[in-house]
Amino acid sequence: MSETLDARRLLCPLPVIRTQDKVVTLSPGARLTVIATDPGVLNDIPAWCRINGHRVLATRQEGREIEIDIEVGGDES
Amino acid sequence: MERQIKAVALISGGLDSMLAVRVMQEQGIHVEGINFFTGFCVEGHTHAIRKRDQKKPKRNNALWVAEMLGIKLHIIDIVDEYKDVLLHPKHGYGANMNPCLDCKIFMVKKALEWMEKNGFDFIITGEVVGQRPMSQRSDTMPVVANQSGAMDRLVRPLCGRNLPATLPEREGWIRREGLYDFSGRSRKPQMALARQYGFTDWASPAGGCCFLTDEAYSHKLVDLWQSRSSRDYDLDDILLLKVGRHVRPAPHFKLIVGREEGENNFLEGYRKEFIHLRCESHLGPLVLIDGDPNVEEMRLAAAIAARYSQGRMADSVEVSVHYRDGREERLTVAPLDPTQMPPEWML
Repeated sequence: MSETLDARRLLCPLPVIRTQDKVVTLSPGARLTVIATDPGVLNDIPAWCRINGHRVLATRQEGREIEIDIEVGGDES
Repeated sequence: MERQIKAVALISGGLDSMLAVRVMQEQGIHVEGINFFTGFCVEGHTHAIRKRDQKKPKRNNALWVAEMLGIKLHIIDIVDEYKDVLLHPKHGYGANMNPCLDCKIFMVKKALEWMEKNGFDFIITGEVVGQRPMSQRSDTMPVVANQSGAMDRLVRPLCGRNLPATLPEREGWIRREGLYDFSGRSRKPQMALARQYGFTDWASPAGGCCFLTDEAYSHKLVDLWQSRSSRDYDLDDILLLKVGRHVRPAPHFKLIVGREEGENNFLEGYRKEFIHLRCESHLGPLVLIDGDPNVEEMRLAAAIAARYSQGRMADSVEVSVHYRDGREERLTVAPLDPTQMPPEWML
């Protein structure tokens, strides 16, 4: 099952915080698509995923909108 | 099997917390980081907003530090709770609106709550005795430990040998001789330790990460409170103080003038909540008006907007005024001569 998080208009680190808070509620293997407008997410969300054991599956950018697909890892704490 | 001892570290993204964590990792401690978002953090926002900064790498230093150290990082939104720290600091402000001592007490207290909830054993900070004029003095560092409630579970690995032994030392979880005795404002010991650990890159050391230590920002914040006769704010207020030129021609209204394309794009997001002005006959900034000017004052606001447009040397500039209820009117004004803008208007 895939869920979507709307983080448009939020400036970093808020999109990361919202992603973190959402991921905590999801089970390992679940997928989350984050939609954001701050280009900072292109670095910050993958970095957050790497250090917390999640996987970025895909990143798309169209105009000012950025979508990042994440697969929740098995060790969220 | 021996229990793994775990510590939570306050990670600012600067060198000191980075070193403090590494010192504890060297002693076999499992460390995870915690980073607090107050809304006043310098990182991120201005880089995201200003077009001219958009070519710089946009890295969140706390995340970057965590990755370099191989630790997890938990970023906590404390915007709402932080209001009480800023508005009612028990220990007062520093040179500007920075309540550094209360801020550190609050953050250690929040780290303590996190530590207890997650079954960790102690807290680490990158504090160094004598490094900061308010929160890192020999007489205020015990205040942080005591008033946060962390007491002897607060370890400062970079200067721990200058301080009384903490619980982790007494319990044998960490070795006192593996701690450091740094003190004072010199950065040389930190630089040397960084080289020893092979760190070649770090964010600007020792502070500079909070807008509340900035004189100009603090001035705008105080102006905001005075104009509203209320010491209150929300996240949008404090973000807008970071953006554009703020011009206050009268106590009951001010203009927020985008300085470049990135700021104009950011201000566009607020156009439904504010009266806003656009220059129609020439290229010019988006201008938000915080407050309610009367008819005559609106002409003044339009003349100020025109002064920042490419029509600043023209005889007249056409400016559209967009009201919150959707009405629009057009004004033709002469751009205000800079000599007619008293310095005290500029926040």
